[in-house]
Amino acid sequence: MALNLDEMELKDKLVSSFLAFENNASIDLDSSIHDIRTKAINNFETQGFPTKKDEEWKYTSLRSVLNHDYSIFPKASSNIDLSDVKKYFVHGIESYKLVFIDGVFNSFLSDATHDGLDICVMSSALSKPKYKMIVDNYFNTIAKEDQSLANLNTAFSKEGAFINIPKNTVVPKAIQILNFSTGTEKELLVQPRNLVIVGENSHVQIIERHQNLSESNVTLTNSVTEIFVHKRGIVDYYKVQNDTENASLIDSTFVSQKQDSIASVHTFSFGGKLTRNNLEFYHEGEHITSNLNGLSIIGGKQLVDNHTLVHHKHPNCESHELYKGIFDDKSNGVFNGKVVVEKEAQKTNAFQQNNNILIGDSAAINAKPQLEIFADDVKCSHGCTIGQLDESALFYMQQRGISKENAKALLMYAFANEALDHVKVPALKQKINQIIAKKLNVDLEFDL
Amino acid sequence: MNKFTEDDLKKELEHKEYEYGFYTDIESETFPKGLNEDIVRAISKKKNEPEWMTEWRLEAFRIWQDMEEPEWANVKYEKPNFQDISYYSAPKKKDKYESLDEVDPELLETFNKLGISLDEQKKLAGVAVDIVMDSVSVATTFKETLAEKGIIFCSISEAIQNHPELVKKYIGSIVPKTDNFYAALNSAVFSDGSFCYIPKGVRCPMELSTYFRINEGGTGQFERTLVIADEGSYVSYLEGCTAPQRDENQLHAAVVELIALDDAEIKYSTVQNWFPGDAEGKGGVFNFVTKRGLCEKNAKISWTQVETGSAVTWKYPSCVLKGDNSVGEFYSIAVTNHFQQADTGTKMIHLGKNTKSTIISKGVSAGKSQNSYRGLVQIGARAENARNFSQCDSLLMGNECGAHTFPYIEAKNKTAQIEHEATTSKIGEDQLFYCNQRGIDTEKAIALIVNGFSKEVLNKLPMEFAVEAQKLLEISLEGSVG
Repeated sequence: MALNLDEMELKDKLVSSFLAFENNASIDLDSSIHDIRTKAINNFETQGFPTKKDEEWKYTSLRSVLNHDYSIFPKASSNIDLSDVKKYFVHGIESYKLVFIDGVFNSFLSDATHDGLDICVMSSALSKPKYKMIVDNYFNTIAKEDQSLANLNTAFSKEGAFINIPKNTVVPKAIQILNFSTGTEKELLVQPRNLVIVGENSHVQIIERHQNLSESNVTLTNSVTEIFVHKRGIVDYYKVQNDTENASLIDSTFVSQKQDSIASVHTFSFGGKLTRNNLEFYHEGEHITSNLNGLSIIGGKQLVDNHTLVHHKHPNCESHELYKGIFDDKSNGVFNGKVVVEKEAQKTNAFQQNNNILIGDSAAINAKPQLEIFADDVKCSHGCTIGQLDESALFYMQQRGISKENAKALLMYAFANEALDHVKVPALKQKINQIIAKKLNVDLEFDL
Repeated sequence: MNKFTEDDLKKELEHKEYEYGFYTDIESETFPKGLNEDIVRAISKKKNEPEWMTEWRLEAFRIWQDMEEPEWANVKYEKPNFQDISYYSAPKKKDKYESLDEVDPELLETFNKLGISLDEQKKLAGVAVDIVMDSVSVATTFKETLAEKGIIFCSISEAIQNHPELVKKYIGSIVPKTDNFYAALNSAVFSDGSFCYIPKGVRCPMELSTYFRINEGGTGQFERTLVIADEGSYVSYLEGCTAPQRDENQLHAAVVELIALDDAEIKYSTVQNWFPGDAEGKGGVFNFVTKRGLCEKNAKISWTQVETGSAVTWKYPSCVLKGDNSVGEFYSIAVTNHFQQADTGTKMIHLGKNTKSTIISKGVSAGKSQNSYRGLVQIGARAENARNFSQCDSLLMGNECGAHTFPYIEAKNKTAQIEHEATTSKIGEDQLFYCNQRGIDTEKAIALIVNGFSKEVLNKLPMEFAVEAQKLLEISLEGSVG
């Protein structure tokens, strides 16, 4: 196999930058974090970037994304005006905000808190002694060691959101995590690292967004999020991905759930050159519910790749997965949904649905819904469809004086809407509806 | 048709283990173990093959040497030592028989034990049988009837002698030598197999059938089947497999190529019951088969398979839908018990316009077995209005077995319509209870329910096979009730 020189260069650059990174970050060499990072960089060095030869990357090539001379160390915070970025926030709701600019926390735009709960930044969690216990117990415990990009993130983990909700707390406001890249670096690699811990009986809503503010500059975001949900905890996590054509995102989210907890992750992918979402759920108790919702509407030469895993290890758990996609122009959609049911996990209900509409002449979809089942008393199913808009429905609407464009938009909107059913923040739902309307290039003249 | 009565079942229940496990001692000529160019040459010479065939084999052998055994399948087994296998074993008597009386009586006895007596078949079922016993075709019946219609149905070695132009044109055209490790191996060393040619516009008047058996211990079976249906013709081809009980793992690497020219239809049915290994997972046949069919315009290929045997199965009968309006179908039941592992499924490659494919796959796993469905549905960029429907259902018995699905769906055309659904469940307590209430014992009830579960596929089998297949399902699941 001919090795891609650029990939090699980037890999070498990253590996050789590691020592400088640790010095910069003034890490105590005796700390456990140091050990974790060192191990991670060693793993990454052996694994390298994934190629199409890896089964998990069969349909997604990173070549064009890695083909850049990325700056690895973000410069000191460059400031941006609130007015420039206001449109990227979800309005009309009270919320905590964590804003990162080129990977650096911006306290001016943020609204963090330590009042009864911690909504703050990873860098302080990693360095302050009072968080040592938490970091030791949670940090990098569920991120997969066999995923080279997660390892890469771990090795360079420094900044990101740190959210720690104690027992019996319903967080009154949603939390918005926004990552902006400004374009002060021509080609920038950012690696946010988020840690979310939801205590017993607690409830939290989180909205995450990555945004490139520059039209011309290239960014690659390699983000890792670890989410821990304790007994009876509820977490709703929304990912809004509507980035520019030169921004790529590799997002790995790992969720560990204790008994009776409910975790829902919603992924809305509307843009970006390449978007790869790895989403993995691990069950650590009975009566757990996991919800995975996804909606992708893309065009151009964009690519969205959703890789999900639900690992059922205990009896009486449920998982519900629904991914929908509309692919226009020359866009590419990839869906790989894996459900594993271990033999102890009797009475599991696992449902998975993947529906796609191909609009563009050169659009393509590669889907692989995968079930691995070792227990007999289970109800598991998956369904996958690829199709077009219903001709007779289009005709019906045209007969009644709705323009073809509008009729198409209506149908697509209706198709997409199911994935929005479970969005519990009305303002966010509104925002997503606006994005969809814009994407479908039509004014939806009905009350959203 | 024999009716399957309760007495029959009782009788069968007595043979808990593999019932076809016996070994006939026919003097056979076996090559020394191992594989090298000389062996390949020797096989070719033995069969009196023309020069081009020998070269073809040697080329395949060279390709094979550079290949690695595939490891992506969801099966675990000890890899066969390819130098420890004898690549040729033929019953010694090489004369061709005109009638059954001339066939070695011991050989006939073997078939009688299998319950597929040729006489009976000839009279009752109207099936022409080309029997492959340790790789050399020894008896071909009904040849004359077929010859009248211009149908060629013979062993592939005969075809190489008598119809070299057809063989040369089509062999390796669907499954090239370079296709995969086992196909390359087969291309180098195939000892015999069946060849079938249906001329233009002819509808084959009977079901063509071949029985394969592995007999000699330590020999691999490498048959090669080539079925060509010329324009507007129709053929239904049955393939049944039974193998005697051997302790050593035996290797079976076959290649089947189907060619359906414009407006032709091929129906290919398989009942596979190679020795699956005993209840401890010892022994059993490794079944690594490459089956593929090509459909030209308006052609149709339909694969139906019932897989109950083999320790390890690795098999993906596929259809390349090249011509416009062509149709591919795949109906499969795979039953695994004890320590069996099956990784099976299909590939539907849509290239032509208005192509359609249907996949119905039923998996039943019991004991400590693993059963995987692995399928690919691919819609090419030019395949306008392609249509696919896939359904894979799995039934699990006990919590030590596994059922897996690995469907790959790749669509590159916006007019494609693809539906895929899969479910996994167990036999309902209420269904069992209902049967028990009505005096049907649990074992029988399970057989009943499994048969119902598999009905969609069983219905696609020709009559003779359907009965056999139902029996097989019952036998395969014996002792799985815990």
